[in-house]
Amino acid sequence: MSQVKQILLTPLFENNPIALQILGVCSALAVTTQLSVTLVMCLALTTVTAFSNLFISMIRNHMPSSIRIIVQMTIIASLVIAVDQFLQAFAYDISKNLSVFVGLIITNCIVMGRAEAFAMKNPPALSFLDGIGNGMGYSLVLIVVASIRELFGSGSLLGFQILPLIENGGWYQANGLMLLSPSAFFIIGFLIWALRSVKKDQIETREFRMAPHSAEEGAF
Amino acid sequence: MSSKDSTKRTLIVAFSLCVVCSIIVSGTAVVLKPLQDANRILDRNKNILSAAGLFDPQSDGNELVAERFSQFSTYVLDLNEQRVLNDEQLEELQIDIESYDQRLVINDPKYSEALERQEDVANIKRRAIYPMIYVVAQDEEIETIVVPVSGYGLWGILYGFLALEGDANTVKGLAFYELKETPGLGGEVRNPRWTALWPGKKIYDETGAVGLRVIKGKGSGDYQVDGLSGATLTTRGVDNLIQYWLGDDAYGPILAQLRETGL
Repeated sequence: MSQVKQILLTPLFENNPIALQILGVCSALAVTTQLSVTLVMCLALTTVTAFSNLFISMIRNHMPSSIRIIVQMTIIASLVIAVDQFLQAFAYDISKNLSVFVGLIITNCIVMGRAEAFAMKNPPALSFLDGIGNGMGYSLVLIVVASIRELFGSGSLLGFQILPLIENGGWYQANGLMLLSPSAFFIIGFLIWALRSVKKDQIETREFRMAPHSAEEGAF
Repeated sequence: MSSKDSTKRTLIVAFSLCVVCSIIVSGTAVVLKPLQDANRILDRNKNILSAAGLFDPQSDGNELVAERFSQFSTYVLDLNEQRVLNDEQLEELQIDIESYDQRLVINDPKYSEALERQEDVANIKRRAIYPMIYVVAQDEEIETIVVPVSGYGLWGILYGFLALEGDANTVKGLAFYELKETPGLGGEVRNPRWTALWPGKKIYDETGAVGLRVIKGKGSGDYQVDGLSGATLTTRGVDNLIQYWLGDDAYGPILAQLRETGL
C-alpha cells in the first residue's frame, strides 16, 4: 500500500516531471492560456502516459531490445491518435483550441521517459499508477500556470469573468504578456524556485564554478 | 533461437504490434467519424449564424443551431464563371452539398486554383473555385447572404464569414472563426465590441467599386471601420480580405447579379 501511495504521490512534489526533470515544458507553454483547454490537455496526457506505461509493461518481457524504442513509440503514437479522435468527436471546440498539441503528446518526453525509466522494469499495475502519478505531476504545474495566465491575461477563470476588463467597461487592464508563451517560462521558473526553496535537496550541485576575473598584467 | 532478441522473434513482435496498433487506430477513426463530421458541420453552422447575428456563443446553446440554421439555403458558386451552380452542374462536379467543404479541397486542383501574385490581394495563395454561400430568402425576397472570407493577417490566414443584408450592399456582421493573431492585439477582431462596428456599413460606392475600408484610427461614415490599435497588420489583413472577396475577382459580380435580378 505504501508503495502504491509513493508511486502516485512522489511525482507531485518530490520528483515532478516538469519542475525537477524539466520534461514536457513545450506543451506547458503552449496550452496554458485558458484553464479549460489546459484541463483537457492534462487529462489527455495522463491517459496516454498511464496506458502507454500499462501496455509497454505488459509486453516488456517480449520486447526485442533492438527495436525497443520503435515499439514504444508505436504504442504511444497509436494511443495519442485514438485520444485525438475521441477529442474531435466529443470535445470539438477544445480539440480545435489544442490543435497540434494533442498530436505532439507523442513527442512529450514525459511519456517516453516514464516508459523507458519505469514501465520497462516494473509490473503493469504499478506502471499504470506511475503513469497516473506523473500525469498528475504534470497537471499540477500546468493548472497552476494556466490559472495565473488566464486570471491575469484575460481576467477570467474557466471562462467566467472575475476581473472585469477595461475593454468591457470594467477596471482591470489585462496583462497581454500573460497570453504570450514567454510568461509561462517566467511562471514555471518562479514555481521551480519556490519548490527548491522549500525542498533544498532538489537543488542541483554545480557542475563547475566560474573562476574569478583575473586582472593579471599582460593577459592579452 | 528462442531468445527474445532473435531475428525471427523481432519480426514477429514488430508485425503483430503493427497489426494490433493499426486496428486500434483505424477502428477509432472509422467509428468516430460520423460524430466528428457532425461536429464540424455544427461548428460551421454556428459560425455562419453568429456572423448573421442570429447566434450568441456566450449565451446560446448548441441545441438552437439546427433550428435557426434551417432557414438558410446553401448555394455553391463558380467563381471563374461567375454563376450559381444548379443541381446538374453540381452533379457533374461531384459536389454533394451535405458533405462538401471547400476548405478540405483547397489543395485539389479540380476544385481550387493557385492565385497569381498581383491578383492575390488577400495573400491566400490558393482559393476554392466553388465556395458555398448561405442565403435566407422569404418569398423570393433575399434577407441575408453569408459568404466565407479569408485573408492573411500577421501570423496566418484568418477565416471567417461575412453576412450581408438582402440588398447585397449593407454589412450585417463579420465573424472570424479561425485565426492565429496575437491574443489581446490582433485577436481582438473577435471582440464583440469591435465586430459591433460592422453592421450597417455599406460596401459598394456610387461607381460600384468596393468603397468599404478598415482604416487606421477612427473611421467615420458608412464606408469606414475603425482599425484595431496595436494591430496594424491584422487590420490591413482584414481590409485586404474585404477588398479581395467583395471585389470583381471574387463575389463582386455575383452579388451585383443578386442585387439586380434576385436568386
